[in-house]
Amino acid sequence: MDNFTVGVVVFPGSNCDRDVSWALEGCLDIRTKYLWHESSDLSEVDAIVLPGGFSYGDYLRCGAIARFSPLINALDEFVKSGKKVLGICNGFQILTESGFLPGALVANKNLNFICDDVELDIVSSKGGWFNNGDEKQTIKLPIAHGEGRYHCDSDTLKKLVDNELIALRYKNNPNGSSFDIAGITNEKGNVLGLMPHPERACDETIGGTDGLFTLKSLILK
Amino acid sequence: MDQFAVKVIVRLRPSVLDPAGEATKSASIKLGAEGIKSLRIGKMIEVKIEGNDENEVREKIDLLCDRLFANTVIEDYEYSLKKL
Repeated sequence: MDNFTVGVVVFPGSNCDRDVSWALEGCLDIRTKYLWHESSDLSEVDAIVLPGGFSYGDYLRCGAIARFSPLINALDEFVKSGKKVLGICNGFQILTESGFLPGALVANKNLNFICDDVELDIVSSKGGWFNNGDEKQTIKLPIAHGEGRYHCDSDTLKKLVDNELIALRYKNNPNGSSFDIAGITNEKGNVLGLMPHPERACDETIGGTDGLFTLKSLILK
Repeated sequence: MDQFAVKVIVRLRPSVLDPAGEATKSASIKLGAEGIKSLRIGKMIEVKIEGNDENEVREKIDLLCDRLFANTVIEDYEYSLKKL
């Protein structure tokens, strides 16, 4: 695992790319490499993080334009190979817009941009993204979004429940998300999208370390 | 080649809550407008596009609407087209 490298994608308007890189390198000693969205060469990275921010200014819809970048086009093969992809906030929006994850993220029910710490229930162990092997089934992570209300039709919701694809649920739903959903995985489990920011919870001095496990799990099989 | 003017309307599906529409409805009522039963906000996109005929242009616009202008998980779209 010495050479394991996590690619951190940079779109015009990404603003959590350096935070993700800091959390991985500084807190976990995991090597990172920034990947400009125009690049389609993913050969040097072993896992990918799509960070938060406002790619392309959220024009049209959050994540709608980013979907057409060369990097996202190349992501299909990367995902099929079983390598891990983590989409945080805007990264989650990009993953739903590009069809890697079902559903969509729309404006918060109360229209507020919500910046807060939230309690989350870990629902599924699919993909090994969360440490739910012990008694700790609840974690606290920061959220910061205006368009984080997860929406899907009832058939999709049933599929998510039946196949254990719901990774995280809000304890106190802040934004009106269907079924309190805060994060989901694909069927294989190697793609996780979530609205909360694990990279902002990797050091006690900034309020908690509940995000460490998720970032660390990028290097775990 | 002919040129066509296309107006695309994208709206949230009826099943999707539109908080911006609700807020605007509430403001409309405060302004004194009576009888508003529902108010929902969508997007209008205007495109000028060249093509050999209407069918060819419709094919292009269908693709754009389906893949880019609207996210069909949450939105519906319709469009009108006028030869210039």
